[in-house]
Amino acid sequence: MSSVAVIDYGMGNLHSIVKALQHAAPEAEVVCVSDAETILRADRVVFPGVGAIRDCMQALNQSGLAAVIQQVAQSKPLLGICLGMQALLTDSEENNGTECLDVVAGHVLRFPESLTDSDGNSLKIPHMGWNQVHQRQTHPLWENIPQDSRFYFVHSYYARPDDAAVTAATAQYPDAFSCALAQDNIFAVQFHPEKSQAVGLQLLKNFLHWDGQV
Amino acid sequence: MSLAKRIIPCLDVDNGRVVKGVKFVDIRDAGDPVEIARRYDREGADEITFLDITATHDNRDTIVHVVEQVASEVFIPLTVGGGIRTLDDIRRMLNAGADKVGINSAAVFNPDFVREAAERFGSQCIVVAIDAKKVSSADEPGRWEIFTHGGRKPTGIDAIEWAKKMVDYGAGEILLTSMDRDGTREGFDLPLTRAISEAVTVPVIASGGVGNLDHLADGVLEGKADAVLAASIFHFAEYTIEQAKQRMAARGIEVRL
Repeated sequence: MSSVAVIDYGMGNLHSIVKALQHAAPEAEVVCVSDAETILRADRVVFPGVGAIRDCMQALNQSGLAAVIQQVAQSKPLLGICLGMQALLTDSEENNGTECLDVVAGHVLRFPESLTDSDGNSLKIPHMGWNQVHQRQTHPLWENIPQDSRFYFVHSYYARPDDAAVTAATAQYPDAFSCALAQDNIFAVQFHPEKSQAVGLQLLKNFLHWDGQV
Repeated sequence: MSLAKRIIPCLDVDNGRVVKGVKFVDIRDAGDPVEIARRYDREGADEITFLDITATHDNRDTIVHVVEQVASEVFIPLTVGGGIRTLDDIRRMLNAGADKVGINSAAVFNPDFVREAAERFGSQCIVVAIDAKKVSSADEPGRWEIFTHGGRKPTGIDAIEWAKKMVDYGAGEILLTSMDRDGTREGFDLPLTRAISEAVTVPVIASGGVGNLDHLADGVLEGKADAVLAASIFHFAEYTIEQAKQRMAARGIEVRL
């Protein structure tokens, strides 16, 4: 039986992600943990997060989990979600500039103020709701997920990887931005698969069956 | 290809049962919240909101159990409002599986509560609920004020100024209810909705007064709402969420189908 560790570092509630993983693959052993040993022993690791990046990085650095995640990023399937995705990049504009884990080279930027859509209506920040995810490459995590499916987003910052080739999908608000990244054994999404109904559960299921190879 | 406008069914929950809107005197039992939430999820609801209207403090745990049960099998965003007064109330709801909480009267009595809540839990989970009532006369430009206690107590606070202030304090979303329209089935107060939506940078959910599917579309097209909320038209299977989305799509609104 495969095991998946959901990293608990005090940022937001993990109830939804744990329930969704259990629902997506009832045979998998899902544990919610903060100790390095269990995380390093698990077959797969989910790195979630909501809130502000500075608090997130502080919690990761103080607990020593930053180094653990960097280690996981070299060795086994890792799924970053929302703030967990942003934390994998080099740095973020949020909180006047925050150094992140630098596992995926790139930056996290804020959506500019006064965005408008093609009809001239102003676009709200946070980018909140169901947007279409356009797959830019074939990947095991997209299996059985139709092109341009809608996933649930809520965020004010977005990732811009240095290497465009790691962009696994884009969404538009109003311009295209990277909403999923794929780099070796790492997959990271800006949206919330645990809140995206059937397609979200399918993505989690795909992750739980992924061996980390592309 | 862009962000879809959301349809959010709202369940008014009293002692663990769904009841018809707060404003109705003859509160009619509409069923089991878990079962109804399941149905809405199947029909394609984009989110679900629970409004706890349980009067007695002792029975407040029932809403926590409802949220726990729903969150274990329904994987779309869940919001809980009603009686959220302390950081501890918020923590309990989030731990039960809610993604957002609605803060209403507590924000009016103590605006700093919104700031503290946003700092502690993040703006993404703080929805400030605003109950507004028109105070201008027909020949004046529109002016609306905040009311508390289910629309009975005026506060003298201007609704537009209040909405802006709440966003400054960290609200991630505004749930706007017209107390003039709530329960009337005459449609949203569109000038109010539009005024608030254009005044703030965060998404606005229109609420209060939906009687048919075109009202939902009007809320988006004329009220400029980012999401529309309705209770009674969905409870008694008068319309399904799917029908609502079809109608909105037919009127040119992008929805998740």
